[in-house]
This record gives sequence, C-alpha cells and structure tokens, in this order.
Amino acid sequence: MKILIVDDFSTMRRIIKNLLRDLGFTNTAEADDGNTALPMLQSGNFDFLVTDWNMPGMSGIDLLRAVRADERLKHLPVLMVTAEAKRDQIIEAAQAGVNGYVVKPFTAQALKEKIEKIFERVQAK
Amino acid sequence: MALSKDPGQATAQEFEHSLKDNARQLVDHLEQGDFAEALLVIHAINQARDRGLYHEVGQLTRALHNSIVNFQIDTTHALGDETETSKISDASDRLDYVVQLTDKAANRTMDLVEISAPKISELGGEAAALRSDWQRLQRREMAADEFRELYKRMGDFLEKAENTSNDVSGHLNDILIAQDYQDLTGQVIKRVITLVHDVEESLLSLVRMAGQVDRITGINHAETASETKKTSPRGEGPQIHADTREDVVSGQDEVDDLLSSLGF
Repeated sequence: MKILIVDDFSTMRRIIKNLLRDLGFTNTAEADDGNTALPMLQSGNFDFLVTDWNMPGMSGIDLLRAVRADERLKHLPVLMVTAEAKRDQIIEAAQAGVNGYVVKPFTAQALKEKIEKIFERVQAK
Repeated sequence: MALSKDPGQATAQEFEHSLKDNARQLVDHLEQGDFAEALLVIHAINQARDRGLYHEVGQLTRALHNSIVNFQIDTTHALGDETETSKISDASDRLDYVVQLTDKAANRTMDLVEISAPKISELGGEAAALRSDWQRLQRREMAADEFRELYKRMGDFLEKAENTSNDVSGHLNDILIAQDYQDLTGQVIKRVITLVHDVEESLLSLVRMAGQVDRITGINHAETASETKKTSPRGEGPQIHADTREDVVSGQDEVDDLLSSLGF
C-alpha cells in the first residue's frame, strides 16, 4: 500500500505520516502541492491519496479533479484532510468525487476511521 | 493614532462655513456686475474644497504611515541576536517569524515523540514477554536453566525500564518547553492585530471623509456590483466562529452528517 501525502506544511505532512505509520502504512511519499503531486501520481503506482485543500500552486480540489479526469488515476481513493469547513466546499468536494473528508483539527481516531471506511468500500467493489 | 473621530465631518463643516461666506460675496459681486471678482470667489471656493480634501488625505496618509513605521517590537530577547532583529522590521517579516517559531516547535515536538515512541513500545514488548515467562514460572513450568536466564533478563529489564523512564520523562519535559513559542507568537500576532485595526480605522476615516467630499461636491458614484463567488478553488483557510455559523461545519460529526445526507 503506497500512499501520497500532499500538504504545503511539512509539519502537517509529518503528523499524517506518523499517524499512517501507526496504522501500519509505512510506504508513504510527500508532495507540497497539486503541481508536484500530479506527476508523482501519474508515474508512481500510488494506491491512496491524502490531500489538503488550500495550497499554493495547484489546490487540493483541483488535484482531485485532475485525478478524476485522468484515465489511469480516476479510481484512486482520495481522502481530503483540510481546514476548509464550509458546507458548500464539502459538497463541492463530494461532487468532485472525494472518497472521504476530514476537517482539521482532526484526531488520530477520525483519520483512522475514514481511511478504514474508504478501504472497506474500495474492497467491496 | 492621533486622528479626530470624524475628520471628514470637521472638513465638511469648515468648507460649508467658507462656502456660505463666499456665496454671499459671490451674490454681491454678481449683483454689482463685477464678474472678474465673482470668478475669483468661485476660484476661492474651489481652493477651499481642494485644501480640505488634501489636508484630510495628507493627515490620513501620515497616520497610516506612522502606524506602519511604529510597528516595531523588540525581539532581541527572543532571538538573542541583534543582527536578527534588523531583519524583522515589518509585519510580514514578523508573521514569517511566527511561522518559523511554530514550525520549529512542531518539529521539535515531533522529533521527541518519534524518539520516545519506539522506546516505550520496545519496553512494553519486553514487559509482555517477561510477564508470560513469569506466569510460566508461577505455574512451575520452568526448568532451572531457564529460570537462571529469566532471573538475568528480569534484572536487565528493570535497569532498562529505569533508563527509558528517565529518557522519556526528559523528552516530555522538552516537549513542554517547546510550547514556549505560544508566548512569543502571541505577542507578535497581537501587534499585527493592532496594526491591522489602526489601518482599518484610518481607511474608515478616509471613506467617511470621501463621503463628505462627495456630498459637498455632489458627486455620485455608480454602484459597482460586487460579484460573489460561491467557493474559491484556492480554499479559504480555517473558519472562525464555526459554531455560530450556518454555512460552516463545526467539526467532523457535522462533516459526516452532511456527507451521509449526500449519500456517502
């Protein structure tokens, strides 16, 4: 299971990386915005994407749309971990095809639940 | 910032007085057929209006400038280096300093957690192994050789538990100390809030004053329709007062409720 973590703040990437490691996911890579993440996804055989929304360069929502528009990536599970908390934004992300949405500040438990739920659903398909 | 409550009001009153005086003179000159003098009076009215406007704009610009220039705090004690202080000379540098301090504290904390966590988990693992052997001993299922080995392992384990406990206590203390950024960043952010507040006050005065000038001169501005976009692709960052707002979720539970209402 190879996971890409996209966030412009290295501390947040590190927190998510640590939490994922606690959940048993040790194969992770990092990117600081959509522009660096997209080529990594296109060439890197990732199984899961965790992304922030608000980033310089390409935002998380645009990255999500780019992933869904890419023939090879469109089924990649995407979890959004973001401080964006407007109802309109959550609906927008859902319409863009997000698989899970975690608002910051979040707990290790919330992240764990969402990830497990996404994998359950992916495996059920 | 040394600004009168409503500088525009004062300017308007001054101008109205001057306008009344000049108007009488203007009528007199016109009635006497003295058109050259009348034109001079009209010119004087214009000048009075412009003077008031320039005076207010000048005053507000100075106040704004002072507010930005005076935005200095002594960070020497925080950085312990005077050459560093000169770099921190404006609000955005100060906010960068907040980002740096919080980044440093977060990384320091995570370093210590990453060092401590494996030590604790190793200790826990050994304790579990020892306990299972200890239970075998209690059930008298252990040979003498094995017991001698357990005896030695127990001694080693106690020593290791003591050392690990000391190490982790030290790290916990360091994690506590790493939170001292809050005091420093809090001070900087409060200064920036004051600056923003002062600038906003000045801009409001400018707007009020401009309104008075418009009223005096009879200028009407066409309302510019402001286009409000639903959401920005860039994102908007953390929302404040989330608990009192209808359009913002106040936690993960509300996100989950919203998503499940959408069929997630």
